Amino acid sequence: MSLQVRVEGLAVGYGERVVQRDLDFAVPRASVFAIIGGSGSGKSTVMRALTGLLEPRAGRILYGEDSYWELPSARRDAILARIGVMYQGGALWSGMTLAENVALPLEEHSTLSAAECRDMASLKLALVGLGGFEDHYPAEISGGMRKRVGVARALALDPEIVYFDEPSAGLDPVSSRMLDDLLLALRDGLGCTMVVVTHELDSILTIADDAVMLDAESRTQIARGNPRELRDTSEDPRVRRFLTRGAT
Amino acid sequence: MSDPRLELRPGPQGSLVLALSGTWTLRVALPGTGAVDTALEGGVHSRVAFDTEALERWDTRLLVFVAAVGRICERHGARLDPDGLPKGARRLRELEQAAAVHAGAEHRRDRTFLEAVGDQTIAFVRSAGELLPFFGEVVMAVARVLRGRSRMRARETLAIMQEVGAEALPIVSLISVLVGLILAYVGAIQLQPFGAGLFVANLVAIAMAREMAAMMTGIIMAGRTGASFAATLGTMTVNEEIDALRTTAISPVDFLVLPRMVALMLMLPLLTVYSNVMGILGGAVVGVVLLDIDPLQYVIQTRDAVSLLDFATGLFKATVYGAIVAVAGCLRGLQCGRSAAAVGDATTSAVVTSIVFIVVASATFTVMFQLLGI
Repeated sequence: MSLQVRVEGLAVGYGERVVQRDLDFAVPRASVFAIIGGSGSGKSTVMRALTGLLEPRAGRILYGEDSYWELPSARRDAILARIGVMYQGGALWSGMTLAENVALPLEEHSTLSAAECRDMASLKLALVGLGGFEDHYPAEISGGMRKRVGVARALALDPEIVYFDEPSAGLDPVSSRMLDDLLLALRDGLGCTMVVVTHELDSILTIADDAVMLDAESRTQIARGNPRELRDTSEDPRVRRFLTRGAT
Repeated sequence: MSDPRLELRPGPQGSLVLALSGTWTLRVALPGTGAVDTALEGGVHSRVAFDTEALERWDTRLLVFVAAVGRICERHGARLDPDGLPKGARRLRELEQAAAVHAGAEHRRDRTFLEAVGDQTIAFVRSAGELLPFFGEVVMAVARVLRGRSRMRARETLAIMQEVGAEALPIVSLISVLVGLILAYVGAIQLQPFGAGLFVANLVAIAMAREMAAMMTGIIMAGRTGASFAATLGTMTVNEEIDALRTTAISPVDFLVLPRMVALMLMLPLLTVYSNVMGILGGAVVGVVLLDIDPLQYVIQTRDAVSLLDFATGLFKATVYGAIVAVAGCLRGLQCGRSAAAVGDATTSAVVTSIVFIVVASATFTVMFQLLGI
């Protein structure tokens, strides 16, 4: 059974400022779960807490039965090895080739030989449509390609949960659609859970099975459920306005 | 969770069936493909199929195994039949093969030693060639300053002057005192047997005033400020901030290089004056403590040993070193590539270039002043 993530009474913020509070949701296994909301609503901050980069001000983040922030660091690392994260701009290590970027997590967290790591890295790059680019450096490829390498690196260790921070941001509509299709194909193929932080409406309605919507003004979640159903049935005008591009 | 197992058995119509069982993931050691290679030898089997009924868990490691089997099949002229693979694995295989090699990709081979030397030489010549247009731009910018048409901003220049001048005082103090101490100590050992210990004051004062104060301050500035200039401008290049200046019709040389150059050319001579004082003070400590020279006598000996001309040559050199450090730091920053590693390279290159040019300039000036009798 794969790892499940749950959030209980979570509050996150920076310094004195609370960005979001009273968040409660569970991400269904093998689903595409979206954390949605307008700009400045704290989506990325919540993701930072979920991925171990920002300690919450209150509440718990549960991976299985383990409360992440209450674990000793060795056990936190063990959980981090079971999740993958794709950053908005790819966040590739610029001094390494694409293959080395993807192979590094394998070299550090698996017992595979160097040749096996290289084969795995080539496979992951081929899965995101970048076979043959193994020896290129991040500076030599386009922004969209960097995002795809970011996906390949996030999938390096075949994680049980993969986080994506604004995967479609900055891409043209065709590339954005291709990336959405890729995420769905990878989810179907690998059976992993995908948590996507985004405000791209097309992407939300296309790929998300389930979602939580954050609000910047009230600083908490205002909706929870399938985004298409929320668009059609939610009685909260803020939710409908967001999911219909302000049409209602 | 049981160990991964691979069994080979003959299938219908001359096929070879690979029966996979147990867990086939990253975290376990998988069976090799040697048995498949051996079984396909002699061309007995024309097709290779999979039976994954007993497969408990799998991840993309299975796909790497299948790809390896695929390559073996190709070598033996057999066909790989993926139908028996789990549905998810088939979907990923389709995805992998749909864009197996991207249109723009080219496999790269490792460079030979000679190619690497050639590439480095070409890069060096190209980089040196870029110095001239850069100097040209700097000269034009200076001309604009003199005509009062520059965009150089006074407030920013003052802030940089504080950063490169006042904030460098502690490190300049430490290094200068120590250099003075070392010069005096070495001189004392040589001069004392001849009863000429007092001339340590001459040695320290002349060495500091003409050479060491300017050179040591220049080298400190290369490591401290030149590196900082290269890293700042390099990061701005990576973040497209330099492009943004150019497209706003603002010259990066006027806006970024000139303030730094002016600041360093003004502050480095001032720091050199300070370094002279600290170096002579360091020498005096050795003279007074080790050689028992009277402090007043040391001061008088120092005053008689150096002329204003000695200090002037040192200050002239310091001004040139300031220009060298600023130009090298800014040039390497503006030449920076588009990655974090490139910023590191630019910083290293700025420091190395500055130090090399400072030492070369110092040697040239020493010979030149000697010939001119200055």
